[in-house]
Amino acid sequence: MNAKSNTPGTYQAGVKDYRETYWEPDYEPKATDLLACFKITPQPGLPREEVAAAVAAESSTGTWTTVWTDLLTDLEYYKGRAYRIEDVPGDKESYYAFVAYPIDLFEEGSIVNVLTSLVGNVFGFKALRALRLEDLRFPLHYVMTCGGPPNGIRVERDKLNKYGRPLLGCTIKPKLGLSAKNYGRAVYEVLRGGLDFTKDDENVNSQPFMRWRNRFECVMEAVNQAEAETGERKGHYLNVTAGTVEEMYKRAEFAKELGSRIIMHDFFTAGFTANTSLANWCRDNGMLLHIHRAMHAVVDRNPLHGIHFRVLTKCLRLSGGDHLHSGTVVGKLEGDREATLGWVDLMRESFVPENRTRGIFFDQDFGTMPAVMPVASGGIHVWHMPALVAIFGDDACLQFGGGTLGHPWGNAAGAAANRVAVEACVQARNAGVEVEKHGREVLTRAARHSPELAAAMETWKEIKFEFDTVDKLDVAS
Amino acid sequence: MTETVAENVLEMRDYGSQLNDPDSRKFETFSYLAEMDAKEIRTQIQALIDKGWDIAVEHVEPERSNTNYWYMWKLPLFGEADIDTIMNELNACRNSNPGHHVKVIGYDSKRQTQGMAMVVFRART
Repeated sequence: MNAKSNTPGTYQAGVKDYRETYWEPDYEPKATDLLACFKITPQPGLPREEVAAAVAAESSTGTWTTVWTDLLTDLEYYKGRAYRIEDVPGDKESYYAFVAYPIDLFEEGSIVNVLTSLVGNVFGFKALRALRLEDLRFPLHYVMTCGGPPNGIRVERDKLNKYGRPLLGCTIKPKLGLSAKNYGRAVYEVLRGGLDFTKDDENVNSQPFMRWRNRFECVMEAVNQAEAETGERKGHYLNVTAGTVEEMYKRAEFAKELGSRIIMHDFFTAGFTANTSLANWCRDNGMLLHIHRAMHAVVDRNPLHGIHFRVLTKCLRLSGGDHLHSGTVVGKLEGDREATLGWVDLMRESFVPENRTRGIFFDQDFGTMPAVMPVASGGIHVWHMPALVAIFGDDACLQFGGGTLGHPWGNAAGAAANRVAVEACVQARNAGVEVEKHGREVLTRAARHSPELAAAMETWKEIKFEFDTVDKLDVAS
Repeated sequence: MTETVAENVLEMRDYGSQLNDPDSRKFETFSYLAEMDAKEIRTQIQALIDKGWDIAVEHVEPERSNTNYWYMWKLPLFGEADIDTIMNELNACRNSNPGHHVKVIGYDSKRQTQGMAMVVFRART
């Protein structure tokens, strides 16, 4: 065998440039392909096409040397292909590489398999200083193999009988340390004051200071009592996240037994295998599923390395969840406005067109898959309400933890203040008022009929969170 | 004068909601705001019409407000864009059913949901 001969179909041992096989600038992506956009920061001195091709190879069929078994299969068909390279606006070192993968590489309905394939190996590659998966286009063919949200926004509203306004929630604080009975008291007070939901904090699972079964019982008594008192449907996101799926199912079953409308799960720490199974259970049992994104910022915050949150958003919608935390734009945690609106569209819309000003790199069609309700939670209070209503619209859940429980008169008053504020903003917006501009007047007018709101406005009038975001959309400087 | 107002604003008070008090019962959107006057109701309904939604009127005994299926007043007013016609139906429904909550719904047939559901006349307790 002549190592220098290039006769096709013969075994040529040795190392080839990746770009000979995996860089195809004339390739037309098929409607059935999965498409990825990677932001590549290469080691210096390497040609762009070579590194882009290496990424395509190492996330599909390739390895560092040719092997004879390559010839037993149709590599031309199965390989990932880098088909386009673009500059990153405002960054001379990095570039975008677009890679197409044939749909046959992926097990149907398995987000786990898609991620293992695309990001499982290539991120440690020595030729790369950094790598970020910016966006991922799932063909509709693949979307149809996934279960998706167990209920979706429309079914949720029908179950709750709540229309024409954002939903309101509150995470019970302190994060850790309350007994089940005291926890239930906090829940009852918030719900009787006018919020729709209360929430377990993401790390409240089953700890020595409060075991899950006791919490579930006390919370459901509180939920039922608040519902009877107010005449409106209430829920508490009972956290079923656990160390094993057996425990997870046990908790979900007990929540159902107690008559809860909704449970919650930390999808990223628990993993997509557990999450998809739980979503399927929720669909089979008519249970709403709130998803918390704990640990996402480990992976999505660095602008050069990791996985962008918009990819995690799509993965979660396919795996299954009815609510997903999206960030607030205006509160204490990170998130720039245009980027946030981009992934909020990915949660709620059936078809999201490519839009670089929102960081959307591909048209994404979800077909008839139900929508996920974005949840804005983190450091927000009544003064943020006009901006939140303007940014998120009605199909969102706005959550105020400290912003409810920190009211000088207690939870019920804090809840009432938030409920009055959101209703006033919605009513004003419907009447044509630009609520972001005239927020102060809208709230002040509503506070005339609500001493609770007046006290809240007085308490939090100085709080702002105005640090620059760490991760921004790439724009030309 | 301003300082006294600020002190009073923060003075602790009890939250008076109770199970045996019918006034503690709410009925979803806008029920935590003051009841709307005729002009405000017209403005809100106009906003629904402008979105292309169909207006429907429903009513119910206050004790049954936490149910999915209130009494329909006639049928939804499909395609009705005249505010005065809608207000007449609302008033007719209220006059025929004293003591009931009266609700306006905006049906969004494109997304198959209710874009809005708001009680506009509250039952007097």
